[in-house]
Amino acid sequence: MLDVRNLRKIYTGRNRNVEALRNLTFHIGAGELVCLVGPSGCGKTTLLKCMAGLLVPTDGEVLLDGRPVDGPPPGMAVVFQEYGRSLFAWMNVRDNVALPLRRKKLGKARTRELVDHALDVVGLADAHQAYPWQLSGGMQQRVAIARAVAFEPKVLLMDEPFAAVDAQTRAELEDLIRQLWRELGVTVLFVTHDIDEAVYLGQRTVILSKSPTVVREDLAIDLPDERDQLHTRSSPRFAELRAHVYEQIQLAKHHSGDTDTEPVDRTPGSAPAPALQKTQP
Amino acid sequence: MTPGAVTPGAAPARRLPERALAPLRGLAGLAGLVAVLEVLPHTGLVSAGYLPPASETVRALWHLLAEQTFWTALGDTLTGWGLGLAVSVVAGVAAGLVIGSVPVLRAVTASTIEFLRPIPSVALIPVAVLLYGADLRSKLLLVVYAAFWQVIVQVLAGIQDVDPVADDTARSYHLGTWGRLRHVMWPTALPYVMTGVRLAATVALILAVTAELVIGAPGLGQEIAVAQSSGAVPQVYALVLVTGLLGVAVNLVARAVERRALHWHQSVRTEVTG
Amino acid sequence: MSVRTVLRRALLLLGLPAALLAVWWYATAGSTDFYVPPLSAILEAFGKVWTADRLLSDVVPSLLRLAAGYLLAVAAGVGLGLVIGTRRVVREFLEPVLELFRAIPPPVLVPVIMLFAGIGDTMKVLVIVSGCVWPILLNTVEGVRAVDEVLDDTCRSYGITGTARLRHLVLRAASPQIVTGMRQALSIGIILMVISEMFAASNGLGFTIVQFQRSFAIPEMWSGVLLLGTLGFLLSLLFRFAENRVLAWYHGLRRDRRTP
Repeated sequence: MLDVRNLRKIYTGRNRNVEALRNLTFHIGAGELVCLVGPSGCGKTTLLKCMAGLLVPTDGEVLLDGRPVDGPPPGMAVVFQEYGRSLFAWMNVRDNVALPLRRKKLGKARTRELVDHALDVVGLADAHQAYPWQLSGGMQQRVAIARAVAFEPKVLLMDEPFAAVDAQTRAELEDLIRQLWRELGVTVLFVTHDIDEAVYLGQRTVILSKSPTVVREDLAIDLPDERDQLHTRSSPRFAELRAHVYEQIQLAKHHSGDTDTEPVDRTPGSAPAPALQKTQP
Repeated sequence: MTPGAVTPGAAPARRLPERALAPLRGLAGLAGLVAVLEVLPHTGLVSAGYLPPASETVRALWHLLAEQTFWTALGDTLTGWGLGLAVSVVAGVAAGLVIGSVPVLRAVTASTIEFLRPIPSVALIPVAVLLYGADLRSKLLLVVYAAFWQVIVQVLAGIQDVDPVADDTARSYHLGTWGRLRHVMWPTALPYVMTGVRLAATVALILAVTAELVIGAPGLGQEIAVAQSSGAVPQVYALVLVTGLLGVAVNLVARAVERRALHWHQSVRTEVTG
Repeated sequence: MSVRTVLRRALLLLGLPAALLAVWWYATAGSTDFYVPPLSAILEAFGKVWTADRLLSDVVPSLLRLAAGYLLAVAAGVGLGLVIGTRRVVREFLEPVLELFRAIPPPVLVPVIMLFAGIGDTMKVLVIVSGCVWPILLNTVEGVRAVDEVLDDTCRSYGITGTARLRHLVLRAASPQIVTGMRQALSIGIILMVISEMFAASNGLGFTIVQFQRSFAIPEMWSGVLLLGTLGFLLSLLFRFAENRVLAWYHGLRRDRRTP
């Protein structure tokens, strides 16, 4: 479905060139929900923008259904982290969701149906007329998700969509994503820096090294398909997987495409990531 | 803020040569304008009687620079502009601070300010002519009326922007009216004042030249009117160019001053409001 | 309670203007100063001078010229601003030239444009266009430049490109700046409308007022000043009304940011 092959991205800076992505290869099958996790500043956004056709890679290619991506492909929707900046402040919620559909020329009735349904499933059935800035951060991100849902994409790319919302809202939105994924059968790539999120959400978690970035591990998440915040997160398997990913991320901080040998163990006493503390009951 | 983005310095920065090109391109643009102005009259598309070649305008300017009358006119324009601006700024800031810091005054005067402000200053031209003739005072009346509102409106906006928390803090530490004015209102209002001064400086120049042009008060505007009526077309263009350069200078200085004030303001604000 | 609030607001709104008018009225009541006639005389003259005929022959042509010049300037300014703002190289070439043109005090363009266009309506409309276009153009360029990157990426990923992007993204995102430019242009336009008529005209508000002044018809002249002031006020009111409709989202957004 979605293939990333030998992807490399070098930014040409003012005085030096920065290699953000070294060599990335991975595959996402149709209907999969894959999480992409890595240490801060590891080029996750760069990778996602290359996959979305918003950025031209220096080397390698991204294939969608076997066709190379050389611009934003029609069957793909992106949800950005900065919800406040990805919505049209001059349009109400309804028009924000409906705008991308204009190009599809689906007819009024079908458009209305799609918009109504999308807003309904994200729980915004009574906010059609509101302007984005009148809503809370979590609600705004719901609008962005509704816009993606109404677009009926084959692939949904999400770039740390919940990094800027509070913890309780985040848990609700995570469940929303799982629900949407199961109902719509859409392929989802979810980029995050939150280890818990990476384990809880996906069927697979791709762990990246620090920049210049390579794939460090492609981990299958063998949790049951029925997940909920309380039981899944307190299950022993979840704890094991989280510990494993956490460890890999800590190692990844010292490991990049430049260091081929296994790095030393993480330094004792290094502070645990805040993400770990959040899930203590 | 894009965590997970790229390592520092890895932002898709513009390439060095591109950045260095910007000022060069600007110069090229100006050179292009001069070239067009030079060539256009020769093509016969525009009569040289209306639009003299750039070289002739430059020659006229060169002759002007050698004349005492030009420098006197420039001085007259700058005097009217500077005096008018100074009066407007002082009066506007004083009135703005008094009205802004007393809520009752603010409420009472709001409608009057909103009514008087949009009255075009040029409506006063006949009044000015009658009262003062082609005098410096005529010019000042027009300049001050136009520039004053720019300042006072900004000062009022600035005082309205005062953080209530900062003001409450000041009150709880028993800062008096003067202390609050000095330490809370003034620092908040300062960037607004500077914006007001910048706008007022531009408007003041426009009205000073207008007064000279229409009323005949001595200055560059009057020189333009004289040159035009005596058919000295290259002189007209040379003088228009001078007023334009004057405008550019006023803009640049005012923006530089504003930027400095704004910079200072933000550091102060973070200190006051935490 | 509500009656009291209404009364209070009315008092705040009208109190000072009424008081000022009263002061003007009584201070000039017995005025023998030729140049400062009693307000009563001015108001009397106002009724006599500004009849329907007069409005039609002098005020309407002025306003039509203003409207024509202003609308042309808006169209040209926004159109060129979009082109220049979206192309960095073009912008870098033209920015200093545009800054120079903007800095020229618009009234000095009157004698220059008279060279080309004589003293007819064309000249006056051209004068208004040439003064109004710069603030609109430069503000549009600024606005177009400042279009949010994330929003732009969003549009691209949803395939919103070309005219749809221009209409739904660029123009709307730049609209606060465009409106700012249009507001500056409106006051410049009024100045130029009056001045171009004072310079050379056979009708129009500016022309009539100067005629009164030159023939020492002082109360009539004052009534003209009053009318011109009222027109300026009404036009700005109209502008604010339109702005509040077009930029409702922007004002809401700003209020929202202020009070978290």
